[in-house]
Amino acid sequence: MLVEVRVKLKEQVLDPQGEAIRRVLAGLGYREVEQVRVGKLMLVEVSGDDPAAVRARVEEACREVLANPVIEEFEVRLP
Amino acid sequence: MSGRGGRPRIAVVIFPGSNCDRDALAAIELVGGEAVPVWHQRADLGGCSAVILPGGFSYGDYLRAGAMAAHSPVMAAVRRHAADGGPVLGICNGFQMLLEIGLLPGAMLMNRSLRFICRDVFLRVERDDLALLRHLSRGQVLRLPIAHKEGNWFAHPDVVREAEARGAVALRYCASDGELAATANPNGSANAVAGLVNQEGNVLGMMPHPERRMRALLGGEDGAALIRGLVDAA
Repeated sequence: MLVEVRVKLKEQVLDPQGEAIRRVLAGLGYREVEQVRVGKLMLVEVSGDDPAAVRARVEEACREVLANPVIEEFEVRLP
Repeated sequence: MSGRGGRPRIAVVIFPGSNCDRDALAAIELVGGEAVPVWHQRADLGGCSAVILPGGFSYGDYLRAGAMAAHSPVMAAVRRHAADGGPVLGICNGFQMLLEIGLLPGAMLMNRSLRFICRDVFLRVERDDLALLRHLSRGQVLRLPIAHKEGNWFAHPDVVREAEARGAVALRYCASDGELAATANPNGSANAVAGLVNQEGNVLGMMPHPERRMRALLGGEDGAALIRGLVDAA
């Protein structure tokens, strides 16, 4: 099944990339944009039919390598 | 363990995408060590008594800088070596790897400017009780080049406080006179951290490149004392 892994910087971590994008948007007239945060979306194809088991494995992979717990948090979404 | 002629054998681990490995190998030889290239797929350090994780862009910085290399087979050997008290020097991308495997605290964010920065910086030596820094003195100012985009060290405020309290900050960005100044911090690194050392004092990670400052002809010799410290600690 196709699993979505979303990795984003923790709230308390400054995201200069997102801030640069916000400034560009403001310059283009998108002044209502108050904040931009940049993260990563990984589409992970995993064999197996047991959603709970697949979720557990992908979350394990997130903790081990896909996300860095010092600066990032992750979310695993199953179909 | 000594090699031919009693010279200490120092491993330089080469990952796909390393680009400072040749400089590191040459730097070791220049200060009297026997430099041993070690491919990252190996499970051992080739009988070496110290190791350099060199700079570069291992695995193209995929996912996060140093994140892929942190899971290379050789890293288990690096961990064992570090746990046994063996000297480890991580330079630039090597420092990022040491953070990724948790031998040093915190993580690297993108530079505050969002730019890759390649220029000389000044560093203040904060520790003089470490075997690795035996040829340097506390308060000494070094001039070394940096070349990175992810060198903005970050950790939870509690972790930063704890690191400061135990003297984990071995090198700090400073002005040419050794004073700390916001303008002397090139990348936004918390507390101007340029280099960190572990609790036991045998694992040092630093963003600047000592291996690029080994000869006056090539811009200065400020890196030689650091590399010599590693060889002499081996």
